[in-house]
Amino acid sequence: MTFEAVSYESIPHALVSGIAISLLCSAIGLFLVLRKFSLFGDALAHSAFGGVAFGLFIGVYPIWIACSIAILSALGLTKIRQRFDISGDAIVAILLATGLGAGVILVSLADDLDMHDIEEFLFGAVVVDTTNVLQILVMSGIILAILFFTWKKFLYSTFSEEQAKVSGISVEKLNYLLIAMSGVTVVISMQLVGVLLVSALFVIPNVSAMLYARSFKQTVILSMSFAISATVLGILMSYQFDIAQSGCIVLVAAAIFIGSLIAKSSGLVKTAGIMAKAR
Amino acid sequence: MVVDIENLSVDYSGIKVLDSISFGIAEGDFLGIIGPNGAGKSTLFRCMLGLHTQYDGTIKFFDQDIKDSKRYLSQIGYVPQKPVVDRNFPATIREIVSMSQNSNDSKKVEESLQKVWMHELADRRIGDLSVGQQQRVFIAKALVNSPRILILDEPVIGLDIYNQDLFFQILSELNIKEKISIIWSSHDLDAVERLANKVACLNKTLFFHGISKEFFSDDEMLKKYSETSMQMHMHHH
Repeated sequence: MTFEAVSYESIPHALVSGIAISLLCSAIGLFLVLRKFSLFGDALAHSAFGGVAFGLFIGVYPIWIACSIAILSALGLTKIRQRFDISGDAIVAILLATGLGAGVILVSLADDLDMHDIEEFLFGAVVVDTTNVLQILVMSGIILAILFFTWKKFLYSTFSEEQAKVSGISVEKLNYLLIAMSGVTVVISMQLVGVLLVSALFVIPNVSAMLYARSFKQTVILSMSFAISATVLGILMSYQFDIAQSGCIVLVAAAIFIGSLIAKSSGLVKTAGIMAKAR
Repeated sequence: MVVDIENLSVDYSGIKVLDSISFGIAEGDFLGIIGPNGAGKSTLFRCMLGLHTQYDGTIKFFDQDIKDSKRYLSQIGYVPQKPVVDRNFPATIREIVSMSQNSNDSKKVEESLQKVWMHELADRRIGDLSVGQQQRVFIAKALVNSPRILILDEPVIGLDIYNQDLFFQILSELNIKEKISIIWSSHDLDAVERLANKVACLNKTLFFHGISKEFFSDDEMLKKYSETSMQMHMHHH
């Protein structure tokens, strides 16, 4: 098994794409975390892995096949969930296992598959291709722009679906849009941190930010700052110590989370939630 | 009439929940809807708010059938039953009130918060408030788009007497000063008698709709109400 460390030449590409992905993951991830759907990103990534394996199997560039399969299966399962009243965590488990199962079968069927390609998608790779960086920047820009103009509606339907509906918001359409944007985000981020670690960027910076922040805007800004710090430090650590980039990013994010917990429990920071109540 | 309901019937899996309900609400009315648990009050509200669409009959707001257009919702403020707020939801009171706003007018948010005496706590996190304070924030949220009608579904359940009185005082001011029509479901007959000018008494069918004073001075009607409430209570247990 080969893990890729960041080389000197690839640092600018890795940083630019990493920062864009960090912004995107923390923005989309916040709504998933608040909807108690933290593992949804993981499930999308695993079903996208089925798509990657399919793309590699038929010899087509797998990223957009992965994206389509992840979104379609998530939308399909959401419909089934609503129709048969199945719980959200069960749907996540089904999506996760089925995607990975399909991927494993396709990998086992293809004799001439380059395992290095598969490993890149599972554990992440260093983005070196300029076209790839541009793709990441454009897709991130589009999704962040959509969120910038619709965040109030997303926040409202996250806070209370029923009340959002009564305000005339088309909650169902918003849910589908969130699934589609999550699918694209997962596929873009997979390139940086891999299928197995993608949910870390969705969840850890947001949960860390929620420990400090009082308002929604503060949460967004803090979460984005934590995600960017984790990504930039992770990439630099990977270069410095010649170790896997994805693991470094996730561990720095986890360190920020643990540091936040310590700061909070030691009384260094008293802002949000339970601590604020105690004042 | 700002609201006109005709022959509204709803059944869930063959069981009648509402049976041929007809009544109207005039501009400026303060209507108390009373009835025991399971009388169909919440179902009536769900139909009126467009959350439940499988019904027979017609519901009109401002002379337009709600099945034809959802535009009426922009003129309605809705306060749900006791709010369930995630204690760690990262949003301030100001953000909660402004997220339901159709425009970006921050002055309107401040005004709505002032009306429920919550403006000084505007930067507190919603999860840090008591249930009574949260319920006042929900009224401010309902007021932010200057509604013509306020619909409240048993809003004071779980509130202490002090907060209930505060809540009623706010409702009364909104009705008298701001001329907002209020539709309010409640178990509390004393409060309904004190506040509402009209009463609708519901128990799957509507067995009284009219002037509040007439209902509360009619001993026969009150006896009938307490009998049906008792029957429903026995039925539930």
